[in-house]
Amino acid sequence: MIGNDRLAVRKTYKLYVNGAFPRSESGRTYEVTDAKGHFLANTAWASRKDARDAVVAARGAFATWSGATAYNRGQVLYRVAEVMEGRHVQFCEEVAAAEGLSTSKARAAVDAAIDRWVWYAGWTDKLAAVLGGSNPVAGPYFDFSTPEPTGVVAVLAPQQSSLLGLVSVLAPVLATGNTAVVVTSKERPLPAVTLGEVLATSDVPGGVVNLLTGSAEELGPWLAEHADVDGIDLTGAPASRAMEFEREAAGTIKRVVRPPATEPDWTADPGLTRMTPFLETKTVWHPMGI
Amino acid sequence: MTHVLDPDALPGATPAVHAPLPPYDDVTRSDSAFRAFLHGLPGVDQVGAEARAAQLGTRSIKTTSKAWAIDMAISMVDLTTLEGADTPGKVRSLAAKAKQPDPGDPTTPKVAAVCVYGDLAGVARDALAGTGIHVAAVATAFPSGRASRAVKIADVRDAVENGADEIDMVIDRGAFLTGRYLEVYEEIVAVREACARPGKDPAHLKVILETGELKTLDNVRRASWIAMLAGGDFIKTSTGKVNPAATLPVGLVMLEAVRDFRIATGRQIGFKPAGGIKTTKDAVKHLVMINETVGPDWLDPDWFRFGASSLLNDLLLQRQKLRTGHYSGPDYVTVD
Repeated sequence: MIGNDRLAVRKTYKLYVNGAFPRSESGRTYEVTDAKGHFLANTAWASRKDARDAVVAARGAFATWSGATAYNRGQVLYRVAEVMEGRHVQFCEEVAAAEGLSTSKARAAVDAAIDRWVWYAGWTDKLAAVLGGSNPVAGPYFDFSTPEPTGVVAVLAPQQSSLLGLVSVLAPVLATGNTAVVVTSKERPLPAVTLGEVLATSDVPGGVVNLLTGSAEELGPWLAEHADVDGIDLTGAPASRAMEFEREAAGTIKRVVRPPATEPDWTADPGLTRMTPFLETKTVWHPMGI
Repeated sequence: MTHVLDPDALPGATPAVHAPLPPYDDVTRSDSAFRAFLHGLPGVDQVGAEARAAQLGTRSIKTTSKAWAIDMAISMVDLTTLEGADTPGKVRSLAAKAKQPDPGDPTTPKVAAVCVYGDLAGVARDALAGTGIHVAAVATAFPSGRASRAVKIADVRDAVENGADEIDMVIDRGAFLTGRYLEVYEEIVAVREACARPGKDPAHLKVILETGELKTLDNVRRASWIAMLAGGDFIKTSTGKVNPAATLPVGLVMLEAVRDFRIATGRQIGFKPAGGIKTTKDAVKHLVMINETVGPDWLDPDWFRFGASSLLNDLLLQRQKLRTGHYSGPDYVTVD
């Protein structure tokens, strides 16, 4: 048994960008507390330059991730769920502390998050069949429509649901072949930090997911205006500023997912609604042979 | 200033035909005299040089200073393509970019020069006629420099005849590393003579030291002095084909050599880091180092160049960020 004289290890977590764990370029950190206001850990407070670096990393990773076969992407995402399962206890503790849940409710949330991840992993090689197809045309052509990833997607993660909500917005972006820059919940970032550690130790290539702990209100405008971001999910944006972010995103005709009026029940069946916004339909005409 | 007693020198021997500028006009009179001079140069404190370069790299250049630095850096770029797959079309598109780096913003300055292989210098010259942008060509069996002197000289003449007004030569690193310093010196002198253009000023000569192959900073200092004594107009770090290329400590040592040479002889030599400078931040660090080491006289495209290809795009992205207030992306600059 450890004696009471043992010094507490006060953790200072870092960002997850390009497969590495850098400090914020700004050097800033902030204190994370549990639902009752007790200190949990310090974490990096991402600045706009961290967001910029994360976009560069996500753009760099896009060719590899979108170019991987759908089957392979599914395998890689399933492996993430496996590693999450291995960290089950840690996730439960962090979700319980962050959201003020009882142990059994936290366990249910973590179970749902891992199941959600597996569910999206299964979708990678089925999307083309469900959303694409061959089109009957009035000429001697085969005509196919296939869904293709949009590119770099900025995700403002939900502020309330620290793990299930995060997985519910991140996994569909990845399953469709996009790369992601995620701004985590400001007050409840620790499950996201652990998810970063999971991603770093699974087979997801560096840069495919970049996790920035910090303020969606501060980073939102920079990501919305960034000319190299192709889509933005505003789920975690402050309600008062979501419209402004959407207007800024229009400058470079980004795909935008508007925030719901209140945070939805993440345990509900998500359907395809979170995968279709970040897919582009490519249609190919091919002459019929003899 | 007499440097050494030279046991090999014959009494009353005539000075070398291509003697360096005074007060160094006697150091090349024999191999051993030259070696003694070069090895008599003060040693470089490597740890000190690295610390100084790192410290200069921490300067924070923001807002209007950054805008000035970006425009200055763009005007100093030698826009380079040195690939086996270069075509006349690629050189022409590079020339178009050199004239107007950012078509979305006509206030963007043009670059200093376009740098190509000698056989494509004519294409670059025609594409850049009347713009004031220089045509630089690499020569002397670039990048290895492994050819006979006759071949190297022919390479230089060919590039000059094709229209290059700047020649980037490589030194013979093999001769340098085996201590045949006078041979290196004489080769540079011979190349300089081959840069002559009838009825015009000779083509500017940039001497590439390929510092990544010289191993020590002491060697970098010696090679810098050989190139300056032999009459090079610029000293340049690297070919861009060898790693490491233009690091800040190497640049610092070369700039100190340039500074000392001007103090001693009155002649100003230019400096060109090349290879490995990819970001605006790297470029600004070099500008800071120039200002702090040799002074603002060198903050001019006539005396300082960046040998780069991808650097220009990053400078343009940063320039767009300053103009529009939001981050730009690679879709808004050309694919080279």
